[in-house]
Amino acid sequence: MTLAATPATATTAATELRVGSHEWIAKYGLSAVETCRLAQLELARRDERFFSLEADLGDFGGFAFRDEFRDRYLDFGIAEASLVGAAAGLALRGKIPLINTFASFALMRACEQVRLDLCYHNANAKIFGTFAGLQAGFSGPTHHSIEDIAIARAFPNMTVIAPADAVAAYWATLAAGFHPGPVYIRLAVDVTEQVYGEDCPFTIGKGNVLRDGDDLTLVASGLTMVAEAKKAADLLAKDGISARVIDLHTIKPIDRELLGRAARETGLLITLEEHTVFGGLGGAVAEAIAEEHPAWVKILGIPDAYCEQVGPYAAHLHRYGLDAEGVAATARQALSTKEA
Amino acid sequence: MVLNESSPRAAESRFDDLREIAHRLRHHVVHMAADSAGAHVGGSMSAIEILTVLFFDGILNVDPLRPKMEGRDYLIFSKGHASAALYGALAERGFFPVEELKTYKQMGSRLAGHSLKSIPGVELATGSLGHGLAVGNGLALAGKHDNSSYRVFVVLGDGECQEGSVWEAAMAAAHYKLDNLVAIVDRNGVQEDGPTEEIMALEPFADKWRAFNWAVTEVDGHDVEALSGVLHKVPFTPGRPSLVLAHTVKGKGVSFAEHKNAWHYGKLSGEQREQALADLAAAAPARGGRS
Repeated sequence: MTLAATPATATTAATELRVGSHEWIAKYGLSAVETCRLAQLELARRDERFFSLEADLGDFGGFAFRDEFRDRYLDFGIAEASLVGAAAGLALRGKIPLINTFASFALMRACEQVRLDLCYHNANAKIFGTFAGLQAGFSGPTHHSIEDIAIARAFPNMTVIAPADAVAAYWATLAAGFHPGPVYIRLAVDVTEQVYGEDCPFTIGKGNVLRDGDDLTLVASGLTMVAEAKKAADLLAKDGISARVIDLHTIKPIDRELLGRAARETGLLITLEEHTVFGGLGGAVAEAIAEEHPAWVKILGIPDAYCEQVGPYAAHLHRYGLDAEGVAATARQALSTKEA
Repeated sequence: MVLNESSPRAAESRFDDLREIAHRLRHHVVHMAADSAGAHVGGSMSAIEILTVLFFDGILNVDPLRPKMEGRDYLIFSKGHASAALYGALAERGFFPVEELKTYKQMGSRLAGHSLKSIPGVELATGSLGHGLAVGNGLALAGKHDNSSYRVFVVLGDGECQEGSVWEAAMAAAHYKLDNLVAIVDRNGVQEDGPTEEIMALEPFADKWRAFNWAVTEVDGHDVEALSGVLHKVPFTPGRPSLVLAHTVKGKGVSFAEHKNAWHYGKLSGEQREQALADLAAAAPARGGRS
């Protein structure tokens, strides 16, 4: 990872390719956190209300903002409660704080500040949580963030977004910037597989159908997961199974209409997330489906345990059956059970 | 009503007026604690003079008719459990009718045990301790950024300062040289379970703040004249946040509640209400002299 250097290069090169375009992101090999940071820079250029708030992790793509807007870049050191509280104070004065830190720290270390200072006051602040899910790989459970969706979506007023790739992360960040109220965006540092090409529709609260299908629906959210869902659908197609694929980038508010239709038309939904199987995407989908159109929902995620095995990200995904092969296997099995 | 005149005679009269207002605020607390399921009597009574001087001595630039007035000073009442004291001060200052105090913690009222964000004059809903100073930092940082002249006052409980988040925020305030920020600690020495020094010692308390690079002034937190003198002098040192360590008495003015952690929170019985009112009457300020 050459995090410090890449965004600057990309910014300089922005004249050649459209900023935020898939070619631009692919050319410079940008990760979601980097495109998010570049989108933050765009927001700050367009509107002086935007501030970047840091907890000593600005080197994850944040220094370009610091260099361009020194007076709107505030580092609070390793002190997340102080950071989130100050964000609420800035928001009370009409500023729009962009809070950047690791997912596990923003939402868990400063959980109550997020709950009361931001969410209860409906503060217009955005939280960008990096290293969400298992992307911290070798770093171990202290840096894996597998409970953040459940926590974030429990807060009234909070919008919860998990973009599918670096392209979506760019547009999600811009959308969040002008979406009133607290927003939590889940991100990761590694360069992940690109899902979106020329067309990346991003409307908060509206899921994207990436592939149509009748036999079952794969509902995925977040980096890597949506890409794996697409690949799983390819594998299933070889077996004559027609899988619909939904990128449910906004987990809250959830797209009930889209999910209800998928439940009616395919009768089986399989959710994929880098999160515990409790209270995350699967939980949110199951809640919506139970009310909209009851159907079988199978929840793929991290079981009720911390990931203590040391290993790379890909190995973790494989272990939990969250890669394309694992998802396809679950789908085949579920479908045969359903049809039996 | 804001009192702020300069001649010695006028000054004496002004402090008499402040003492009378403080006396009224204590009455309000007594009635709120008697007419509701209970109130945080101890920490409300200890904070009365602090609030009186802030609101009625020209310290806080606020307008009760325009609670969101641009350029106003901010009061973050971080020890939100002492809402009975805050509500009394807001009502007496004209943010809402004094009559409304009777609805304290009653069905359908907006006067919750811990302040809601919708109450006029309340900038931040507080009640969970350790939040106010960090939010005050954000307000003060915005003020510095915008070259605005408003100031931010944060009232903290002493027990509250056992929260680590207070010290995170204290560090940040000094780091960012927020001399537009004033924290006032209501040092009543007693928390819910007992004396602070027995539960979790804060001393050397003033030194802790000094070590965090704050400009510290200690004061008798029940002496309106002394408090007024101190609060009119902020910032004590340019480039540093100001800390007023106000030495107070938990439950001040109510004989059976003074210094008692048992009266951190409680409901006054009819008899206790009478006793408390008698205590207040006996200590009622006489004009032209200190009570």
